[in-house]
Amino acid sequence: MSRLRVDWRAATSLVGTVIKYLSVPLLVPLIVALRYGEGIAEFLVTIAVVVAIGTALERLDPDPDLGAREGFLMVALTWLLVPVVSTLPYLIAGNGIPFVLAPYEPASTLGNPVNALFETMSGFTTTGATVVGEISFERHSHAILMWRQLTQWLGGMGIVVLAVAILPELSVGGAQLMDAEAPGPGIEKLTPRIAETARALWIAYAGFTVLLFVLLYGLHWAGILLDVPLAPNMGLYNAIAHPFTTLPTGGFSPEARSIEAFSAAVQWVIIPFMVVAGTNFALLWRAMTDEPGALFEDGEFRFYLGIMAALTALVAGLLVTGAGTEAVTEAVGPLAGQGEAALRHATFQVVSIVTTTGYASMDFNAWSGAAQYLLLFAMFVGGSAGSTGGAIKIVRWLVILKSIRRELFTTVHPEAVRPVRLGGRALDERALRGIYAFTLLYIAIFLVATVVVLVDATRVFDNLSAFDAMSAVAATLGNVGPGFGVVGPMNSYLDFPATSKLFMVFLMWIGRLEIFPVLVLLTKAYWSS
Amino acid sequence: MRVIIVGAGQVGSTIAEELAPLHDVVVIDVDRDRVESLTYDVDVLAVEGDGAELATLREAGLTDADMLIASTDDDETNIVVSGTAKTVADVFTIARVKNTKFLRTWRQAAGAFGVDHMVGTNLLTAQTVVRVIGLPAARDAETFAEGCIQMAEFGVPEDSPVANQTVREADRFESLTFAAILGEDDVVIPRGDTVIEPGSDVVVIGSPDSVREFAGALVPDADGLSDVFIIGGSDIGFHTARLLEQQGLTPRVIEQDPDRARELAEELTGSTVLESDATDREFLERENIDEADAVVTALDSDEKSLLSGLLAKRLGASRAIAVVDNGEYVPLFEAVGIDVAVNPREATAEEITRFTREQRAENVAIIESDRAEVLEIEVDAESVLVDRPIRESVADLPDGVVIGAISRDGELIKPRGDTVIEIDDHVVVFVDAEVIEEANSQL
Repeated sequence: MSRLRVDWRAATSLVGTVIKYLSVPLLVPLIVALRYGEGIAEFLVTIAVVVAIGTALERLDPDPDLGAREGFLMVALTWLLVPVVSTLPYLIAGNGIPFVLAPYEPASTLGNPVNALFETMSGFTTTGATVVGEISFERHSHAILMWRQLTQWLGGMGIVVLAVAILPELSVGGAQLMDAEAPGPGIEKLTPRIAETARALWIAYAGFTVLLFVLLYGLHWAGILLDVPLAPNMGLYNAIAHPFTTLPTGGFSPEARSIEAFSAAVQWVIIPFMVVAGTNFALLWRAMTDEPGALFEDGEFRFYLGIMAALTALVAGLLVTGAGTEAVTEAVGPLAGQGEAALRHATFQVVSIVTTTGYASMDFNAWSGAAQYLLLFAMFVGGSAGSTGGAIKIVRWLVILKSIRRELFTTVHPEAVRPVRLGGRALDERALRGIYAFTLLYIAIFLVATVVVLVDATRVFDNLSAFDAMSAVAATLGNVGPGFGVVGPMNSYLDFPATSKLFMVFLMWIGRLEIFPVLVLLTKAYWSS
Repeated sequence: MRVIIVGAGQVGSTIAEELAPLHDVVVIDVDRDRVESLTYDVDVLAVEGDGAELATLREAGLTDADMLIASTDDDETNIVVSGTAKTVADVFTIARVKNTKFLRTWRQAAGAFGVDHMVGTNLLTAQTVVRVIGLPAARDAETFAEGCIQMAEFGVPEDSPVANQTVREADRFESLTFAAILGEDDVVIPRGDTVIEPGSDVVVIGSPDSVREFAGALVPDADGLSDVFIIGGSDIGFHTARLLEQQGLTPRVIEQDPDRARELAEELTGSTVLESDATDREFLERENIDEADAVVTALDSDEKSLLSGLLAKRLGASRAIAVVDNGEYVPLFEAVGIDVAVNPREATAEEITRFTREQRAENVAIIESDRAEVLEIEVDAESVLVDRPIRESVADLPDGVVIGAISRDGELIKPRGDTVIEIDDHVVVFVDAEVIEEANSQL
């Protein structure tokens, strides 16, 4: 037997460090529980457990030395183990602790381990697909629902990026780790030191989160002071909970009706923040610190806005003419002829899906096939490279379009040498190959996974259409969240069989890490020399 | 004037021949045979030795020399010779370099390498080729502010529609400033009613697009020239393509080496680079070389250049222009069917001789004939320009200063009387040589 060439101890030891530090964000729901006088045992136990597991794993290698190979393993393991240990609060709240503690939330669907893992994986990968049957404060505590929001915020800019920002031992291999985790091909170093870059990204990310909180809560109070219903439902809890899932393009909401539960003003405020969340944060950082013009000179950013504008125009047109809605029910007001409402819902849904946030300002299950099809298309677009968005990413589509144009040119002039340029810089052919391979693999996985889900889920459903299954796979693989039909924005993934749920957990995991860092672990070449 | 020439190759000896009747010329070369033949052929003092060595330079009388011309075939040697000479003596140095990167450094940092005047042979050859093709080649072109501002100096031909127009009539371009008109021996700062005389040179500053459009307006016939092939992606081929791009053409560059072809394709955004053997007849026919208005051959061997040029002509190209390294081939090439043979050494020798004849030995400016400079300035708080409309600040500046273009955050702003310049703007100004010091202190 050949010797392992990968130092798995070093990788696992660092995962331990990350898990240990998970105890710090766990203090947030603890504080919320104290504020609302709710049970705190689930969080205290979880904190104790993560510290214990983390310290134990750290013992595997007291002085971890990370190479490129260990980097992949560390990132993939982090994204698997962090969601696993994060299920503890859900499990304890749902089941209690035998002989010690009676369950706080006996009716919670999250007491089931598969459901709990689905929910945490959906949280950290910022997917936003949920298996919570009934989202309400009767069924769940404020603290548990806040923990659910917080998982998305932690996953958004990246757990590993955060670790690189604060853990000095990751400074050397940090760039590779971030590269494996960050969305899009390659990372952009803003400063000579990678830890400073990681810190800058997190500062920008946290800054926008705070700004959205101030705006939402300000809107709430402005409404009270002026005595107009500007944002009546946006109290302190909601104003904290929603920025936590907007900036990471997450999509969880403690409201069962998602953003439909809020006023038009709130919906308009959230739209630009979803746009920001789908933008390259490195670019935002540069635009904010020294080159304000950089934003609109960036080809990817312009293409990103352009795609969203075009899709919005199409959807808004469908909605305002009435061709976009299937049926007008009580829950779905009439949109035909309603200019502002049609434009708002079209913009909100398109931006929410393209950036892979997954919020809904209305139940788009009531939309017609044409409008839904446009949204399914949008699920493959994705945010910018270096954003918190998922799916294939704008920059890859841009590069693919440009290389198609080149192919057409070289059909006429076979000898022509024509580099594909991005922002004036010629792209390396190797980088291009990586982009083709990723996109092709993504689409292949999407097609195969749709078949798997269809076959597996038909054991339970008798009405799962192929379109619904496609949307469920696109929404989990692309970290979008809601799909259509049974997995529509006001429904949940609860009814799927456990096998389908575990399969979707896998899809979310590889989708967030952009497939290759996970798949490479399955190759023989990775483990041998 | 006492002139020392280091390097007695084709360039050095040609210059020596030209200068000998007027000046005291000393030639230094490492090759004994060349030194000997030169001693008998031309009325100069020939010294055998290494020009980069101080002892040799002293032997050649460096301390009494007024000018030193470094014209060996090696760029680095020429630069070192100039630097060495400059360190020990007050002498005006001229260096010949092939590689344009040195020229760029020298242009950006005044007095770099101890060189007072640098002649970039590859660029010079490319300019000659472009002129031969029949386009209004800019006599000088320089980009500023990371490429968003361009300065160019154009000669106005007799038959140009712009000739005898007033500046107001000629200025039809979005973001272009007419900075100066250089007449026979005066620098005119143009006003709206200034007439552009044929034969004068116009200095324009503006966006690269508008400069290109102006070049098109200057010689509209150039539109008839649309198809240019450049065979061989050597440095000369590259610069020829770049200059043609600046005229708004889309030249096709044929290069056989895949790596070099890729490099060219990355640099030349406006050209089509084709990776192929230029003697592949089928390929040339497929690319419609029979419709080419001009074919420039700049391959690394003269023989190959000749063959490709002849093949292109045979396939129907209108004109073939060959870059020929060996000066003795020039008449031969032209006799067998090449329309124009351009010899880089000859072009270089001509340029250096022309320059020497003008006998200038002080400051060498960017604008031809040492009559003006074009400077890029980053505006700071002390500048006379800052936070005021241009109309006011210009009144405080000496005559002969023209604000050509402003770049703010990478965007070009065409300066108007009421434009307010801010701190950190990059301003490209044209300054008449007579007021350079005064203007520098205020800007």
